[in-house]
Amino acid sequence: MSDAWLQAFGLVFAPYNILVMVGASLFGLFVGAVPGLTATMATALLVPVTFFMAPIPAIAAIVTATAMAIFSGDIPGCLLRMPGTPASAAYTDEAYAMTKKGMAETALGAGLVFSAVGGLFGTAVLMVAAPSLAEFALNFSSFEYFWLVLMGLTCAVFISTDQPLKGLVTLFLGLLIAGVGLNNPAAFPRFTFGNTNLLGGIGLIPVMIGMFAVSEIIRYVVNLEPEALIVDQPIGNVFKGMWGLAVKYPKQILRGSTLGTLIGALPGAGADIAAWMSYAMSKRFSKEPEKFGTGHVEGIVESGSANNSALAGAWIPALVFGIPGDSITAIVIGVLYMKNMNPGPTLFTTNPQNIYAVFLLFIIANLIMLPLGWLCIKAAKRILKVPRDVLMPVILLFCIVGSFAINNTGFDIGIMLIAGVVAYVLEANDFPITPLILGVVLGAMLEDNFVSSMIKSDGNLLAFVSRPIAGALGLLTLLIWFLPLGRSLLAARRARSGAIAP
Amino acid sequence: MKLNDALWGAMLVLLGGALVIHVQGFPRIPGQQVGPGLFPGILGVGLAVCGLLLIVRGIRLRTANPAGAFWVALPEWAHAPRQRLAFAVLVAVNVLYLVVVDRLGFVLTGTIYLAALMGVLRVRPSRIVPIALVLTLLIHYAFYKLLRVPLPWGVLQSVAW
Repeated sequence: MSDAWLQAFGLVFAPYNILVMVGASLFGLFVGAVPGLTATMATALLVPVTFFMAPIPAIAAIVTATAMAIFSGDIPGCLLRMPGTPASAAYTDEAYAMTKKGMAETALGAGLVFSAVGGLFGTAVLMVAAPSLAEFALNFSSFEYFWLVLMGLTCAVFISTDQPLKGLVTLFLGLLIAGVGLNNPAAFPRFTFGNTNLLGGIGLIPVMIGMFAVSEIIRYVVNLEPEALIVDQPIGNVFKGMWGLAVKYPKQILRGSTLGTLIGALPGAGADIAAWMSYAMSKRFSKEPEKFGTGHVEGIVESGSANNSALAGAWIPALVFGIPGDSITAIVIGVLYMKNMNPGPTLFTTNPQNIYAVFLLFIIANLIMLPLGWLCIKAAKRILKVPRDVLMPVILLFCIVGSFAINNTGFDIGIMLIAGVVAYVLEANDFPITPLILGVVLGAMLEDNFVSSMIKSDGNLLAFVSRPIAGALGLLTLLIWFLPLGRSLLAARRARSGAIAP
Repeated sequence: MKLNDALWGAMLVLLGGALVIHVQGFPRIPGQQVGPGLFPGILGVGLAVCGLLLIVRGIRLRTANPAGAFWVALPEWAHAPRQRLAFAVLVAVNVLYLVVVDRLGFVLTGTIYLAALMGVLRVRPSRIVPIALVLTLLIHYAFYKLLRVPLPWGVLQSVAW
């Protein structure tokens, strides 16, 4: 046990790894602080580079970059009234209102300090929950896994989006993309239409880069809004008064971090949804809800800790079951497979040092966030002046070279560009993207477990619910399916009878 | 571009139907109920059902609010000349990249690619070419030298560094 921890320390504190973490921090802070570049995009852009690294530095780069990006997304919210990442959108107006009142340093400080606190809370939950869940999951058979994956996909459609029908469509499309190629139980080439490039399936990484990076750039290129103006205000010591806030709002911090971790762990819902929900919750339970929206720090404290704790929470299902908790871990799972660190409960027993190293990485990332984030706030005005008209074309060229680098084929570039256009069109038509990504990541797992369960049970569908845990998971999945449906039917009937009655 | 939900629905019904027909040609595994066609078949049925629901929804929305309804709506940026040009250039440079990168080489193609895009965004004209060249060389250095990705040299093969 302690031997594995020692190995983990050795892996994490290797000079190369430290260097990677510092580099990834600066990258993450920058990406988060530039509006239009998201934390998920930071991850997607890192993949081609991490492709050439050992497993732990590769994960280190992603963990630190995303933690930093979710925090630094608060900065342009404060100074430009534009969220740097979607995870800051929930409280952008609040932060900007604080800046208008001359309280920019408190808003930024609260964002920074309580991001780190939330991140550490999420990490603590990850450290406790993941190993015990993994131990529990060691007894799972294909029946349980089938239901788990189905439940994850169900959550992504019904809980994480406000468009369940369209979410279902994109989920099916994602599962269909995952079905391309020889990677099926019968090794029959499906949907390849004679193209040998498709035999191995559609690459996960080019699809992710396209959907999360290229689509953002298309949006930027056709963007009609004029450049926002930076609020010029001297920013003093951002740490001033933070202890006071921690003493004043302990319940809010705890509630935000808990909710954030839970939302993060739910498949498909990530930091942005966590922030929206906890901001709403903060207002709902506040003693002074009338102050919300006028530059009141309470909501920023709560949702600022929620979005960072969601990051760590999302790793729980990702590491234990290989089911991504958010779009970032969807990419992470692709990286883990590339590094032969296939997620699953056996990862915890065969290579515990790798898991401990991931825990340590999260702790370090959230600790170095304080000094590096402070530096980032100091440099904020300069970062916000970086011309995006130069930046966006360069990122696009980087995406092209990055997709090429994975397999050295132009075919992957094509896949990436198509994925970018598809994501742009789908989102313009209110089709959510996350279910599609989860479908692509989990498609093979769903089919494999379904087919091996069918073979084991000789086609008897009752076997899917005859094991107690499988039965419970199945019941839960069906409940998530039919509860919203029943509720909307009920609402429709009530509306109709209400219309008839005078 | 925005399409009415009913149009999306119709496309999905077609796609789902085509899928169901296509998987009939997949081989069956003797002695088993599950073959490679089962899963895509289920997806096909699912897509078709969702498509039908979307058709109903789209038509219902249209009849409820005929004024605000549309079959096909162009995005707002389609009426702004600069954005329209930028979009056209965006498509063009990517197609161009895929077609010529092997012949022209990465350094030249990348420079043209960046310069064209910066040109339609708001970068000052006198700065475009130097910035594009320097940034392309930077990406080339990072991937070709540091990560050893075999980016093509094309016409510059004889002076490859």
